[in-house]
Formats: sequence, structure tokens, C-alpha cells
Amino acid sequence: MKKSYQSLEDNSTKNMKQVIYRKLTSNILHLGFILLLTFSTTLNAQDGDSAKGKTLFNTNCAACHNLDKAMTGPSLRYVETRLSDEQGLDRAWLSDWIRNSAGLVKSGDSYANQIYNEYNGTAMTAFPTLSDQDISDILAYTATDPVVAATPVAAAGSGSGASEGGISNKIILGALALLFALLAMALVLVRQTLNRFAEAKGVELADKKRLPLWKAFAKNQFLVLVTAILFLLASGYYVFGYFMQVGIDQGYQPVQPIHFSHKVHAGDNGIDCKYCHSSARVSKTSGIPSLNVCMNCHKSVYEYNGETTAEHSKEFYDGEIQKLYAAAGWSDADQKYTGDAQPVKWVRIHNLPDFAYFNHSQHVTVAGIQCQTCHGPVEEMEVMYQYSPLTMGWCINCHRETEVNVKDNAYYTKIHEQLSKKYGVDKLTAAQMGGLECGKCHY
Amino acid sequence: MSSNKKYWKSVEELNNDSSIVETLQQNEFVSEIPTEEFLGDKDTLESSSTTRRDFLKYVGFSTAAASLAACEGPVIKSIPYVVQPDEIIPGVANYYATTIADGFDFASVLVKTREGRPIKIENNTMAATNGGANARVNASVLGLYDSLRVQGPRKGESAISWGEFDAETIQTFNGLKDSGKDIVLLTQTFASPSTSKLISEFSEKYGNVRHVVYDAVSESIALDAFQAKYGERGLASYDFSKAETIVSIGADFLGDWQGGGFDTGYSKMRVPHHGKMSRHIQFESNMSLSGANADKRIPLTPAQQKVALAKLYSYVVGGSVSGDLPEHMDEAVRKAAAQLKKAGSNGVVITGLQEINAQTVVLEINEFLKSKAFDTAAPIKTRQGNDKAVTTLIADMKAGKVGAIIMSGVNPLYTLANASDFAEGLAKTDVSVTFSMKADETSSETQYIAAAPHYLESWGDVEFKNGHYGLMQPTIRPLFNTRQFQDALLKWTGNDMSFNDYIKDTWNGGLLGGNSFNKALHDGVYIGTIASETVDTTDETTIETPSGNAARALAASAKVSDLELTLYTKVGMGDGQQANNPWLQEFPDPITRASWDNYLTVSRVDADRLGIKNRHVADGALNGSLVELTVNGVPVTVPAYIQPGQAVGTVGLALGYGRKNGLKEELQTGKNAYHFYNNSNPVQSDVSISVVAGEHEFACVQLHNTLMGRGDIIKETNLEVFNTKDKKHWNAVPVVSLNHKETPVTSPDVDLWDEFDRSIGHHFNLSIDLNACTGCGACVIACHAENNVPVVGKTEVRRSRDMHWLRIDRYYSSEDSFEGDNTKKDEISGLASSLSEFGELEDPADNPQVAFQPVMCQHCNHAPCETVCPVAATSHGRQGQNHMAYNRCVGTRYCANNCPYKVRRFNWFLYAQNDEFDYFMNDDLGRMVLNPDVVVRSRGVMEKCSMCIQKTQKTILDAKRDGREIEDGEFQTACSAACSNGAMTFGDINDKESKVAKLKEDNRMYHLLESVGTKPNVIYQTKVRNTTEA
Repeated sequence: MKKSYQSLEDNSTKNMKQVIYRKLTSNILHLGFILLLTFSTTLNAQDGDSAKGKTLFNTNCAACHNLDKAMTGPSLRYVETRLSDEQGLDRAWLSDWIRNSAGLVKSGDSYANQIYNEYNGTAMTAFPTLSDQDISDILAYTATDPVVAATPVAAAGSGSGASEGGISNKIILGALALLFALLAMALVLVRQTLNRFAEAKGVELADKKRLPLWKAFAKNQFLVLVTAILFLLASGYYVFGYFMQVGIDQGYQPVQPIHFSHKVHAGDNGIDCKYCHSSARVSKTSGIPSLNVCMNCHKSVYEYNGETTAEHSKEFYDGEIQKLYAAAGWSDADQKYTGDAQPVKWVRIHNLPDFAYFNHSQHVTVAGIQCQTCHGPVEEMEVMYQYSPLTMGWCINCHRETEVNVKDNAYYTKIHEQLSKKYGVDKLTAAQMGGLECGKCHY
Repeated sequence: MSSNKKYWKSVEELNNDSSIVETLQQNEFVSEIPTEEFLGDKDTLESSSTTRRDFLKYVGFSTAAASLAACEGPVIKSIPYVVQPDEIIPGVANYYATTIADGFDFASVLVKTREGRPIKIENNTMAATNGGANARVNASVLGLYDSLRVQGPRKGESAISWGEFDAETIQTFNGLKDSGKDIVLLTQTFASPSTSKLISEFSEKYGNVRHVVYDAVSESIALDAFQAKYGERGLASYDFSKAETIVSIGADFLGDWQGGGFDTGYSKMRVPHHGKMSRHIQFESNMSLSGANADKRIPLTPAQQKVALAKLYSYVVGGSVSGDLPEHMDEAVRKAAAQLKKAGSNGVVITGLQEINAQTVVLEINEFLKSKAFDTAAPIKTRQGNDKAVTTLIADMKAGKVGAIIMSGVNPLYTLANASDFAEGLAKTDVSVTFSMKADETSSETQYIAAAPHYLESWGDVEFKNGHYGLMQPTIRPLFNTRQFQDALLKWTGNDMSFNDYIKDTWNGGLLGGNSFNKALHDGVYIGTIASETVDTTDETTIETPSGNAARALAASAKVSDLELTLYTKVGMGDGQQANNPWLQEFPDPITRASWDNYLTVSRVDADRLGIKNRHVADGALNGSLVELTVNGVPVTVPAYIQPGQAVGTVGLALGYGRKNGLKEELQTGKNAYHFYNNSNPVQSDVSISVVAGEHEFACVQLHNTLMGRGDIIKETNLEVFNTKDKKHWNAVPVVSLNHKETPVTSPDVDLWDEFDRSIGHHFNLSIDLNACTGCGACVIACHAENNVPVVGKTEVRRSRDMHWLRIDRYYSSEDSFEGDNTKKDEISGLASSLSEFGELEDPADNPQVAFQPVMCQHCNHAPCETVCPVAATSHGRQGQNHMAYNRCVGTRYCANNCPYKVRRFNWFLYAQNDEFDYFMNDDLGRMVLNPDVVVRSRGVMEKCSMCIQKTQKTILDAKRDGREIEDGEFQTACSAACSNGAMTFGDINDKESKVAKLKEDNRMYHLLESVGTKPNVIYQTKVRNTTEA
């Protein structure tokens, strides 16, 4: 025990050291920042607010441009200095380009045409509404130096801390086990010592030839009967339980070919379920999104910048994005499709038997049920699993309880009016609408 | 009056002593379950090596193994698109308009596709030109998924690439340029403006090109007659919705006569409106679909038909003709003529006689009548074959004058009577190419098989009639490495265009008159004023011309012979190019109700004379004598089927069977009747038959599922009674006695059950009009495709285990007028003559009337099946449908036993993925046609018509999503949507304005077996026959 405490202490000192380091680096960085800012301000004749510029950049430009990486359009860090240094083009040219690149290309401007052809003749969207100030803000943002990420160090630190916690837990458990073992041993020793005392003192111990417990039990027929009944009931219960779960895959959480995190997409980034599962609105299936839907975002999202854990590090997530690129046949370096696609073989989680007909659009669009009602807290699932049992009892229960959303739906107007009169209620459940009839789901 | 008619389905039923009919009336299962066979014999039981203990061990082990195996669910993979096509949403069907033009069937259709694969053919309601999709067109989608298709170009037995194919063929064509030998294109009728243009370009390039159009089932004579009279090669088009009197002499115009598609117009005039309907008189030898629908049918031999037509001409137009007819036939012709004259321009005459004079006479009569139904301005283009050109070609081939022959859409080695001549000629050509989907009789004999795509994978255009166009577009990417004939022509002419662009160019170059090509493609049809410039390759000298006085010549040409053979095409099989289609093979012929076969139809009189027997065996199946049929010295052994209504002295045999190459063994059925199709004339007179040893087993559903001897099935009346008498005379509701008072069975007082309130929401009813139904069977195939109905094969059909959810019952009844007999009876004098003449009295089986009745689950509100199910697997929905939960069914079959309509079907076997049933559901390709919204039922489960609940639910869901009410006509079942004749109307009777709600209140409405009190949701409209004579 002492030892384990020792180790903890060791660690804490290590941590302390790291913290000091971290502070040191960040201090240096801060210094660098300040220097940089002063430098950049002196460089630009017109002042631009790089913070405002960042917002503008993200809303207007980020779909096609990245600061450090050529995407649909060229990388934009230091674009202004680069242009003036290499091409001798000034801010006025750049403003013209931003506001109406197609016009510039048409006018026969040589560099405009060069860049236009370099990027496969993709015309840049014109932004005639951007003011001079906006443009200078954006350019100010593009002129900022790259931030050397300090986070990985911190992440590594916290990561090791977490794993440290895991070890100590194990040690505590081990220690407890040891303690109990010692206790048990102590009890045995105490008993033996007492026995020896008794022997030494000549105390007569009680008759050892007691009837063994099991024999006594076997003799008591009532007890045997009760136990047998209990045993049968219990085994019946468990056998029944076992058979009832056959074919029910609640909690089924297979490993997928690409580690797709619903938590990152639907949770952290708040993407609407139906953005990817769009066919849930109109079709019986919710549809596994095709890879071109993934690529809508992942053309520009080429790395992971969110929270990480030891298991799911940035490198891990970035690797998964690379898997997506491989599957979609996207070459990140050339920013184009190679045509060599490898469809992803996802493992299907929610499987209804063929004889049950289920239609997503009926539930999603008509009834307006949240996806989470059946699929659970998907936005918190790092790995997707089957949340509901998907049994007929589960379906029917919901149909019995759920009131049908008939508002503003001309289809329901007449039938709702007639049925409410018939049942004498204002709100109708799916069951009252006929949602329990066999043929509604089995055909 | 309906009450005093006797209905029967089989001649057997007319025989009072038949034990089989008695048995079938009493029992659902004709033979007892043979428990005695394996339990009764003690010796076998004892000698069995499996003891009771062993048996229990096996059972225990297999149960344990099965439950263990069930614990682990399979891992199912889901593979989404990499790039999802814009128009495809998984789970939502897309529809594309296209056109089938396989040389025999031409129709505008809608193709339903799911996830990019075509699964069903539907009617294109925008197409007004060529009727609806018939049974074959409905089934054609299955041909796409035939596992025996040729998957790429082949040279002999070895696969080659298209590049090699092009290089080799072009080299040969160039080599032939100066050799004096011809390059021949032998094709089906394309009726395609773009293809005609392309072929003329091909001719220009190579010079020595000859294009010969060949129709397997030829209308060449009718084309000749039309061309001689009107100067254009085409067929007069007929619109029977404008005809009040129709006289047909040997023309099965409700079948495939002159391209078919006439039934839609015909049915419009068959439903009595304001007391009026058309009158249809049919003179024919075989019992055809048209004869079955006729108000008056007169059986005549082909020779008599010629005289009858000539006489009809003389009675209507004038002039005298020679030739004699028996008095009652002459009388019938005279009456028909009188009726035609009375109808004037509302009358029309047609004929199926392949005789130049007969065709000319018909054109002349119709011109004389100024018939409104008769149109020569926009002739039909879907038959262009020229028999003489084909004959010349064969002679030239044999003479070695043909250097290259390229065939597309034809199978002459199967369809020619003189196939051996063709084969001989084929061997003398330098190069032979067949564009074919199969290694069929012809393509397997040619040097190259150019793998051709299915029409659902092809581009094309069709001119049905002058100015009436259809466009063909692919609905799926080609499944195999195929190329269509037109694309090959483009390659050969050195044109880099795709045929798609070529069509667009052709259409935009004048034909569309400035209208949008995309709109035409979307609609699938385009009706313009401009007829395409057809490059007429027909040489004037190759057409036959009529004699000066056609009628007289016709009458003179009628030679009497002992026995005449009339070849015909079946509704299911057509010309035989879809012989690979198990749906069509299992489709029972509307008249004979036999499937998986062709057979010689003989009249009862001839059968008695020749000793031909048909007998029903214990399980209700039919066995027939085998006969040797010899035509012009060519003998073939075929089974004989005794057909009521067959003209005495004639026999009939269906074309399209007997194919062998490129077919699974189960589908090689029947005998090839093209052997007898000499001179492409369906009528052959040098015929003799003799009974040979042996018996043939028919897969005939004739006696199966009878209505247990109950009447009250078909209600029928005639127009006069219908117009003049009260409903209770001709469509009375059955009554029962309640407190000694007659009470209608529909009254709630006599009902066992309480009525549920069905006034809220939808309440579906299906109305079937027996007047509009021609028995064509398009609905049967549509139901097959929509509901994943399995094919069970010939032996199972014989055991009454066919799975059709929808059957079309065919009932024969005796003529309602026995006037002829009565006069004869009065004239009988003395015992001697009475004995002989009574025998001559019309036997009911010799010329029966026919009624068709489609029967599916009646969806009874008080359903007998529901009350007997021990596990509540079948139950009633509020919307009127009788639900069947397959997963709940344990297969007791109580429901089938208790069903008075015999519409429940039991899965005796697993029909999917089972090598014993090697039809479409046994291979991955074939299963692509399955409807993903309907489950494939497993073994041991009862199934039946669901009233297409998947379709009604879909309609409801669409309306809910749009937030609107449902309009009348939106609800459809597969059968009602497939019926282009308006016989089936489906809808919601709680919508009081709906068509079906009005039909339910119609005077003609009745329920099947009303007296049983089942209160069905399927309603029928009493059949009215127009027996009023002029």
C-alpha cells in the first residue's frame, strides 16, 4: 500500500513538471503571437480585424478554401503577400476577383485565367456584397500565422492521467481483495488458535458427529418439495427469458468497417439526422447515406479537431476519414475523385424480418416522431447500437399509447371527426385509427 | 333469364354418372390423404430400419440443433451507393414510360422500377393508340432476368469481344461489296422510323443490301390486300368502340389478330349504356377468346367461312356467289347481313382468313358500309412481314446468292415450316449473325451470336399507326455485355453516334413538328400529324393481288376437305418468343384452362368418331388420348383435347410451343406447330389424325376449385329482359324463410353475425363487370408480378396446387334459345325417325355459350375463413380487407376448407430457392423481379389475395404525407390497374361519389354466392348478352 501511494506521488510530480512545461510553451507562443500581430499590422496598409475575418471566412469561403491546403480553390494563407510578391497583383485585383471572378476571367486577365484553368475551370462564386472592410478583414485573417497546436501536449498529459487513474483503481481493488483474504485467513487462524487453546485447557468440544447439512435437508421432504418447486420456477423463468430473447438484438453493437461516430456528427456537430438519412422522410427505409453525402462535408473536413480520448485519438479519427476517402475514391492531395471507389459494407444493425412492413416516412414525416424515440440517444453513441427491442410487443405498445398527430393534415380531418365522435374522445391513438390490424404491417 | 340455364366448366359435368364430379362437389381434396398407405401395411412398418427410439432421437437432436442455430442471428451487410443517383431513393419506386416492340407485341407501357431494377409492367394511361398491356406484355419483365441469356458476343461456342466482332463483320461486308452476293437483313417488324432510316443508310454504304421483314405469325396476305387497295403497306385499323354490330369471320380480334389491342375499344361498347350495347356475331372453327365473348357464335369450318364471307358480301353489297352452306348456317349469315345493313355505318366486318380475296372482300364490305370503326387513313404498322420476300430469300440462300445474313428479333429455324430449307441456305452464306438474347434454335446455328439487350435495356421508337408514335427507353443499365441491332448498324455505317442520339435526331428532324423530345420521352407516346417517311422496301411484284370479283373467287376457292387444321396463338404464349417465361407457361389458357401445354382441340363429334378420349383421373386432373397429326405428310404426335364449340371437321393447334434451345428443361413444353405452318397460312386442309397408344397428362385447372356444386355463381340475362323487366326478374336477391316469410339474405334479420360499423375511413370494394371482361388474363399476370406469386410447375398444377391468387373461371352454358330444336321436335313423325333425329338435337356441348368470371378472395365482411382459424392468422380490417398474417399461420388449412370460393392457396413446398422448383425464384437474377414490399411466403403457409393492401396503404401514406384527401381512382389493385377493358373498378365505397360506390348501387350488381351470406367486398355486374336479332 505504501508503495502504491509512492507511485501516485511520483506521478503527481511528473504531472507538475509537465504543467510547468506547458505553461512555458504557451508563454512562448503568446509572445510569438504578440510579435506576430504587431508585425502583421505594420505590414498591412489597411487595417483588418482578423477575428471578424475568421467569421466571414468560415461563412463565405470555407466551403472551398482552406488556409493551408488546396481544396476546391487554392490555399489562402498569406494570399495577399503571395500575390504581390509572385504576380505583382495588388489588393484591387484581389477585390475584383473576389467580387466577380468570372468577369475577370472573361476580361482576359492572364493570372485570372491561369488560376481558373489550374482549378479545372471551376468558377469561384462571386461575392459582390462583400464590402472593402469585409475583404480586408478576411485578408487579415488569411495573413495570420498558423497556430502551432499546443493541445496535443495537453491531451497527451491528460491522457496519461486518465490511464493512471485506471491503474490505481485496479490497485485499490487488488488491495481490497488482499485485505479480505487476510481477514479470512485471520479468522481461520483465530479459530485454530481457539481450538488449540481449548484442547490445551481440556475443554470438551461439542459432538462432531452432527448430521451433515445435506442429509438433514434430504430428510426434510417439505423442504425438498419447496426447493424443487422454487428451482423449477426459477429455471422456467430463466429458460423462458432465454427463449424470449432469441432473435432480439437489443444492444447489438457490431464493429463497423469505418468507425463512424454518431456522437461526433449528430452530437458534437449537431447535424440533423435527416441531413444524412434523408430518405426517412419519403421512403420506407431511412437509408444509409451514400458516400457522396459524406463527401459533401468531408471534402473540406479532412481532419478531426474535436474532443479526443485515449481510445479515439485525433490520429484515429483522421485515419477513419482517410478510410472514407479511400472508399469514395477521393484523392485529398489532388482534390478530385480518382474513380476508384470501394463501396462500404456496413453491418446492418436494425433488422426487421421480411414479414413485417415498416415505413419510416409514416412515422417521421406524418407522425413527426423524433428519431430518438426508437433509436435512442444516437447523438451520444460513439458506436451505434440497437436501442429498442424491435419486437412486435414494443411496436404495438407504442401504437396503443401514441396519440395521432392529425393537426393540419387534410387527410385526417374527416376521419378524425367521425372517429372522435364514435369513441367519445378528442385525441385518437394509433390503435383507434386501425394501427393494430394485422394486415397493416404484415403483407 | 338466368335461372333456367345450366352452367358447367367441363364436359364431364354434363355426364350424370360421373363420379369424379360428385366427389369434387363434396370434397376439397379429391383423394383421401393416403395415411393407410404407410400406416396400414404392418410388414413395411416392422421392416423399417428406423425404430421409434431412433426417431425420437432424430427429432430431439434436430430440434436442439435448430434452436441452437436460431440463437445466433446472421450478420447482414448493407452496402449504400458510392454516388447515389439523383432520381433513386431507396424504397421508393420510379416509373418510366417505354414501349415494347418485340415483333409480336407492341404496346406503350409504364415500367415500375425499384432501386434501379424493373419489377413490373403497367399500363401507360397516356397511350391512346394500341390498347393496354396484355398478359404477355405484363410478363415480359421476367425475360430481362432470364439466367440463360447470352451474356456477351459469341463466335460459335467461344466468347469474343465487340471489337473483334466489329472488325470481323466489317471486313466481311467490305469483301462482299463486289462479289455480287447480297447482305441480307432479316428482321422482325420494328415499325421504327429511326431503324428504317438507319437501314437505308446501311444499304447506301454497302450497296448490295436487302432488308426482309419476317413476322413469325404472318399477316402478309392482309397487308397485300391493303396495299393493293390503298397503295400503302399497312393494316386497316379498327376502333370497336364505334361499332354497334361486329361480324367476325375467323378473326380472333380479342386475341392476337392483326397485332391485337382491340379489346379496350370492344369492351367499351359491351357494357349496356342507356339500354344499348354492341352485338357481336362470330363465325369460327376453333373456340377463340372472341368467340367466347360473342353474343352469337356459329362454328364453321374454314372452307365454310370462305363461303359465309362471300355470301355475307352478296347479302350486304349485292351480287350473287356460288357455294353452299347448310341451311342453319346460311340463315345465320343472312341474319348477320341484315343486322349489318341495319347498323349501316355502325357495323363492321373483319376476317382472319389468310386469303387475299377474303381480306379484300372485308375491306370492300366495310367501305360499302362506310363503317365508322374502320380507318384506312392511319393504317396499323406493327405487322410488316412479307412472306413472298422470305420465300425468295430462302431460294436465294440455297442458290448461294446471299453472302451475309444478319438476323434480329427472328427465329426462323423455329418458326418456319420449311426450316430445313432455311438451314440449308444458312450453311451456304459466308457469314451469319443473329442478334438474340438466347442461344435459340436459329442463333445457335449462326456463326456469331450478337448478344442483344432486352427491350427494357434498349432505346427505340415505334410507329404504331401513321402519326402515332411510341418511344422505348432503357429502364436499367444493361445487365450483360450486350449491344442492340441498331447500335451495331451505326457501327457498321461508321457512325459514332449512339442510337439514343440518332433517335433524337430523327425525331427532332421533322417528326415532332417542333414539340419537345423530352416530353415525348417522358410520356412514352406522341401523337402527331406527320407520318414518318417509311422506306418501303417491298417490291410491287412480290405482293399478291386480289381477283377481279373477290367474293366470287373466294367462294370458288372454298374446297371441302374432311378435316381442316386451324393454327392459332394462345393468349399466354403468343408466337413463342417468351417460352422461357414460367409465368406464361403456368398461365392457364382462358378457354381450355390448361397450362404448360399445347394440344389438338377436337370437337366432341370428331372425338367420338375417332375414338379420342379425355378422362378425369381421381385427383381431378385431366388425361387425354395421344393422336398422330399428319399435315402434308408431316406427322407429329400431340395430345388431343375435346373442345366444346369446336366446329365439326376441324381441329386446332396452338403455335409457340415445342421450343427446345436456350430453355430450362421444365419450360420445354408442347409440340412445335410451326412445322405445319405451310405458306404461313394458319389453315391447313391436308390433315389426318389417328389415335396412337398412350395417354397425355394435362395440367388443366378445369375441374379444380369448383364451387362445390352450388349455383348462384354467374348471373346472366339478355339485353331485352335487362331493358324491359324489373331487376327482380333477372338479378333477384336470394331469399330465405324467416317466420315463414321470405326474407332476402342481405337482411340483417337473417344474419348470424352482427354488422360492424364500416362507415368510417375507407371501405374498399372491387367491382368486376362480367360484360367488359374478355377473359384476357392480363390481371392474372399483373397479380403474379405484384404479389410475388410462385410458379409451381406442371405436376403441381395437375395436383390442383397452382398458386394463382386470381383465377379466371370459364363457364360453359347451353344456348339459351332452343328454337331450332323445338321446330325439329315438332316435325318428328313416327318412332323410327324420332330415334335418329333426337340424337341430332343440339348437344349442349357442341356450341356452348361462354362466360368468364375472375375470382379472387372475396374479402367477405362475414368471412367463413376467419372464424375457423385456430391461431387468428386471418382477420378482418376495418377497410374491408381480409388480412392474412403469414408469420402467424401454422398451416392447418381449415380456412381453405371453409372458404366457399376456394380462393385460398397453400404453400405445399418452399417455392423460393428450391432446386425442385427451378423457376425464376431459384436464381439470383430471377429473384430481382420480386416486389420488395411483399413478403415471399414460406412452406406450410396459407396465402391469398390481399386486395393489394400494399398498394392501398401506399396510396394512403402518400396522401397523409401530402396532407390531402384521396381522390377517386387513386386506389388501385394490381388487377384493376392492369385491366384496360374497364372490367375491374376498385375504390372506396365510403366515398359516395366514387365510381365503385355507384357500381355497388347498380341494378346489375350481385355478390358471388349471395345465399351463403358472407357479404363479400368483391361485387360482380350481371352479364348481359345482346341476343336481339335484327
